[in-house]
Amino acid sequence: MPLPCYALGLEASVYAPEVFARGLPSALLPAQSAEADAGAAGSAAGATAPLLSLQGIGLSFGGVVALADIDLSVRSGEIRAIIGPNGAGKSSLINVISGVYRPDRGQVRLADVDYAQVPAQRLAHLGVTRTFQNLALFKGLSVLDNVAAGLAYKVRSNFAGQVLGIGRSRGEQRDSRGRAEQILEFLDLTAVRDRLAGTLPYGLQKRVELARALVARPRLLLLDEPMAGMTSGEKSEMATHIRAARDRFATTVVLIEHDVGVVMGLSDRIAVLDYGRKIADGTPDEVRTDERVIDAYLGVASDNEALSRNEGRAGI
Amino acid sequence: MAAIAGDFSSVPALPKWVLAFLLLAFAYGVVPLIGSSYLFEAILLPFLALSLAGVGLNILTGYAGQVSLGSAAFMAAGAFAAYNFNLRVEGLPLIGSIVLAGIVAAAIGIVFGLPSLRLKGFYLAVSTLAAQFFVQWALTKFSWFSDNSASGVIDTPRLSIAGFALDGAIGRYLFALTIVSILTFFAYRLVSSQTGRNFIAIRDNETAASIIGIPVLRTKLLAFAISSFIIGVAGVIWAFAYLRTVEPDGFDLDRSFQILFIIIIGGLASIRGAFFGAALIVVFPLGLSRLGGFLLGDGFDSGVLDMSQRIVLGALIILFLILEPDGLVALWDRVRRRLAWQST
Repeated sequence: MPLPCYALGLEASVYAPEVFARGLPSALLPAQSAEADAGAAGSAAGATAPLLSLQGIGLSFGGVVALADIDLSVRSGEIRAIIGPNGAGKSSLINVISGVYRPDRGQVRLADVDYAQVPAQRLAHLGVTRTFQNLALFKGLSVLDNVAAGLAYKVRSNFAGQVLGIGRSRGEQRDSRGRAEQILEFLDLTAVRDRLAGTLPYGLQKRVELARALVARPRLLLLDEPMAGMTSGEKSEMATHIRAARDRFATTVVLIEHDVGVVMGLSDRIAVLDYGRKIADGTPDEVRTDERVIDAYLGVASDNEALSRNEGRAGI
Repeated sequence: MAAIAGDFSSVPALPKWVLAFLLLAFAYGVVPLIGSSYLFEAILLPFLALSLAGVGLNILTGYAGQVSLGSAAFMAAGAFAAYNFNLRVEGLPLIGSIVLAGIVAAAIGIVFGLPSLRLKGFYLAVSTLAAQFFVQWALTKFSWFSDNSASGVIDTPRLSIAGFALDGAIGRYLFALTIVSILTFFAYRLVSSQTGRNFIAIRDNETAASIIGIPVLRTKLLAFAISSFIIGVAGVIWAFAYLRTVEPDGFDLDRSFQILFIIIIGGLASIRGAFFGAALIVVFPLGLSRLGGFLLGDGFDSGVLDMSQRIVLGALIILFLILEPDGLVALWDRVRRRLAWQST
């Protein structure tokens, strides 16, 4: 994929790393979208109002209850983990928050607007981005183009302008390339920026997906098992990247994870799901010592109960 | 031109536009001088028309991932629309007829692209068959389209641009070459633009494309429209410059498959691939007929030729799908890399 050389030289001054490094409120960054500005202002005004809250979410597939009466609140700027055994409903919850599923009951409240179903097509405009449990990269695009695609929702030029290279299309392309380059550098991906995404090793693909979600500088970042299938070294590296992303872009993070150990060190608050219900919610220390969480994970239950649970799980 | 040069300056090898320029200089400057009329009539004109149709289908199928079996219908729509605009609109220059024909084909493409909003893959391919059958039926059924001609076969008007007659073999070749060059350049710019990357994103992962805010429905219909426009103009070249007649039977399902084979053999999601594939499809039967005549003498009649063509072509497609799914283009690039490596 040919690259416009003019994008590189020109953008270096505008997107200098020190602009990011100050960690200022996003409202001060020039290229922020209007929505993101509103989000930053909201978080500064009151830490009390949650950025995201779920009220009484219920979801079932046929007769199988995936989620039952889930309440969850996410404060602006925190890293919020949702953990639970296989089939606990974690991914369903992320899919409800991102509008992929419509819940049977309950409301999703996102930045003071209630939704019965979050409009998935407008998700990026609402300042929400996500990654997927199974890689969802565009395999036929380069790493840079994958990341730049995260800004596709802002594109307003039409194909004719892009083909002829006139109007706002050139500025847009420069802008999205420049921002993508910054994110690649931030996540140590610059070395592979011209590789096709499908040819990268698994761990790097996961990181490219994080980059694609970050490039829009979302208010809310949803990560669906960002460390699934990684080695422990890769996991801690990913945890470092997630924390750094939160710190630098003031992004609120909701993440789903299997590995309790990683989550404990990374998260501010943790919600624990089991069989579609929330069984615990609190700081890592509170959750760690919660009897029901220990039961859910280690199976310290009577034999009969464990058996019936396993039957229920097979259905999910 | 500055922007184009800038686009390529990060490519370390000989810039692509230099190669493209040399190729065009050869096609314009040298080929008309050395080519025989057989070369133009039997090889270059069908090659150009089919290449352009391949470029169009590649935008839809190769880049945007929407399988279509209706290409010949869009070619027919373009050819008949151009004929009727030319016939019925007084004083409309030829180029105007061609542009309007492309727009008609694009509109039909959008209509038959609507099922793609719900259907994927194989099911979509079957639904595009509807375009194939409907357009062919309508053109046969309503003789208005062929100006109430008794046979349904109509002669196309003589080609001329600004009073300059182009009805010799070389003139028609230059006419086709110019249109193909312009639209190929347009297609090349398109697939490397944001819209082109949106096509690929939808092909590779529609859910993710939708979540990051790519307008999936609009983009799919745009792919159908642009692809059908290009295929429609290819139909005009096929009818006006190559055959010099228009008839619905020339645009049957076999033609649709032929164009699909061109992009599979040439290379999906590659502009060059359409030209490689079309070259093979056009030259291969001629070569086979020569070879057969040489080996078997009079026993190699047109029936045997037709059958052996189908067998060899079918075998080739299977071989390509297994051994080189990325087509002739990938093969070509590999050979070139090896040569470059050996020469250093």
